Amino acid sequence: MSNVLEAKNISVAFGGLLAVNSVDFDIPKRKIVSLIGPNGAGKTTLFNVLTGLYKPSVGTISYEGKDITDLPPHKIASIGIARTFQNIRLFGLMTAQENLLVAMHSKLKSGITSTILRTPKQRREESEAEDKAQYLLDYVGVGKWTYEFARNLSYGDQRRLEVARALALDPKVLLLDEPTAGMNPQETGVFIDFVRRLVSEKDISVMLIEHDMKVVMSVSERITVLDQGEKIAEGTSDQIKSNARVIEAYLGRAKEGRA
Amino acid sequence: MSTALVKPQNVTRSNRKWIIGYSIAGAFLYFVYQFLLNWEGLPLGIYDAINRWMPPAAVNESLVYVIMALGLNIVVGYAGLLDLGYVAFWAIGGYCAGWFMSEFFYFLKIHFFGAVPAEAPGIHINFWLVLIIGGFVCAFFGALIGAPTLRLKSDYLALVTLGFGEIIPQIFFNGENFFGFNISNGTKGIVQVDPIPVGFKDLGPFDFGWKLLIFLFLAAVMVFISLRLRRGRLGRAWLAIREDELAASMMGVPLMRTKLLSYAVGAFAGGLGGVAFATHVNGVYAERFNFAISIFLLAMVVLGGMGNVWGVILGAFVLSWVNGNGLSAFGALYNERFGTEIDFASFTFLLFGLVLILMMLFRREGLLPESRLKLVLHEGDIDEREASGKKAR
Repeated sequence: MSNVLEAKNISVAFGGLLAVNSVDFDIPKRKIVSLIGPNGAGKTTLFNVLTGLYKPSVGTISYEGKDITDLPPHKIASIGIARTFQNIRLFGLMTAQENLLVAMHSKLKSGITSTILRTPKQRREESEAEDKAQYLLDYVGVGKWTYEFARNLSYGDQRRLEVARALALDPKVLLLDEPTAGMNPQETGVFIDFVRRLVSEKDISVMLIEHDMKVVMSVSERITVLDQGEKIAEGTSDQIKSNARVIEAYLGRAKEGRA
Repeated sequence: MSTALVKPQNVTRSNRKWIIGYSIAGAFLYFVYQFLLNWEGLPLGIYDAINRWMPPAAVNESLVYVIMALGLNIVVGYAGLLDLGYVAFWAIGGYCAGWFMSEFFYFLKIHFFGAVPAEAPGIHINFWLVLIIGGFVCAFFGALIGAPTLRLKSDYLALVTLGFGEIIPQIFFNGENFFGFNISNGTKGIVQVDPIPVGFKDLGPFDFGWKLLIFLFLAAVMVFISLRLRRGRLGRAWLAIREDELAASMMGVPLMRTKLLSYAVGAFAGGLGGVAFATHVNGVYAERFNFAISIFLLAMVVLGGMGNVWGVILGAFVLSWVNGNGLSAFGALYNERFGTEIDFASFTFLLFGLVLILMMLFRREGLLPESRLKLVLHEGDIDEREASGKKAR
């Protein structure tokens, strides 16, 4: 199968408001796809559905052929769907290393008694986890902040640390919610190169929510456009650029006099 | 951002150092204290002063509070769940002692390494075993109470725990006829609990010196458990939940399970405290388990320094000492000196209220705060200093 994740006919309703309306999409293996759309289009809602935070009112999500629609969030995370947040949500008063170790929670096995007794097995597991954490911190480029509280890191480093934390879950799918928000063009370039490297080096597929069109157009294999909860277009960057409905959603129609 | 390049400290080793240091200091204080109390040549004035300000009974009671505050610290300090009904676990632990090491069930005759003659009626199980039973029964009830309540968000959780903290003591209070069974002897309580067998002697209610050692040991066990768990997989998950519950669940931490474990471990300590307290007062009395105790324990954790075991120990010791002995001793001295007749002990809660307000104004992080919390609570100061052009820390 070439798609690692498939979502079919997803609808999410909050009371009477239909935040997402019958959206289909899939994430192909080891590719970068993007989700774009004006504010309030339902992009983050869709991420929240994929990670189990919201249950879709209608529709199914399958991951590697298995139906995961009804799994709780922590299960979904532990089987390999990791995400970052639009507004960074690190564990601020925990060190960079601890942030990653928390994400390894489901991979680690030691229980209460072995932790209290500090059995050799538990100690080995901990030191292996710490090594892996250090590897990931180095990989994203914040390796020197291992023992610093996450909240003390600079904005860009916090973004990077969040990606490292997501990677600590050993994900197959990485959902990045506006990862370059607040970065300057140079930082953005570095970050996008990093995401490309990630996909080529690890067995990971990336889905990106992004407002920076330059980034979206350059990096995405495929772009899905949402507007007011509905999928209005899907295709390569060239197709999207010339799609009339997309232009309308972003710029409005000239006739109606909307800006 | 200045301290990050090196690992701040080798944490395990430094923990070990702390533990050794505290053990030595504790043992030293213990022996000085015991020596002074038992020394024939001690001037009578000093003997009186010790008995007035620090009688052995008050020290032991403080230690019971230390044990329980450490348990509550796991729930409130580590996992960040506000629990206003912790006294329930104290009660359950107490009644475990009442049931399994007294003549309460006089129609039964079960002995298991107990410290009473074999012909005595009732259930008489060895103290150390009851301690473990009490701990696990409480852990079980912790999980039972937690299962429906922990789905709630903080404020609602606090209210529901408050409810359970009222319900369980009330069940015992009116337990003379609990669906036809007498489970608690109601307001009369269960009087006379078996002594503690320690091999060479059985410790009754007045063997304060030896029981002090036992309570110290129990408190040390709780410190050990707290520190070890804090550094492990579970402790990190608790902290992550305290920091950001949603992010924690998105990172594969099962929220319910992890919160339930914090409740269970916290309740376990409540059970230890309950059994220990029953042997301390030689009985179980339903009216002791009231709401004020829950608040009192919470105040110990908050005043001492949430999340930091040493702070919590200090908070528990100071508050329970003031409550149990310090204030009345001070009052007696004051009345003697100035010929007044003020009932200082009745001002306990006024004093606590005042202290809490002052602490919240000037030292929100507690007496001995966890280094992490200090950082947040003084963030305002840093911003202020930066704004006024002075160098931040």
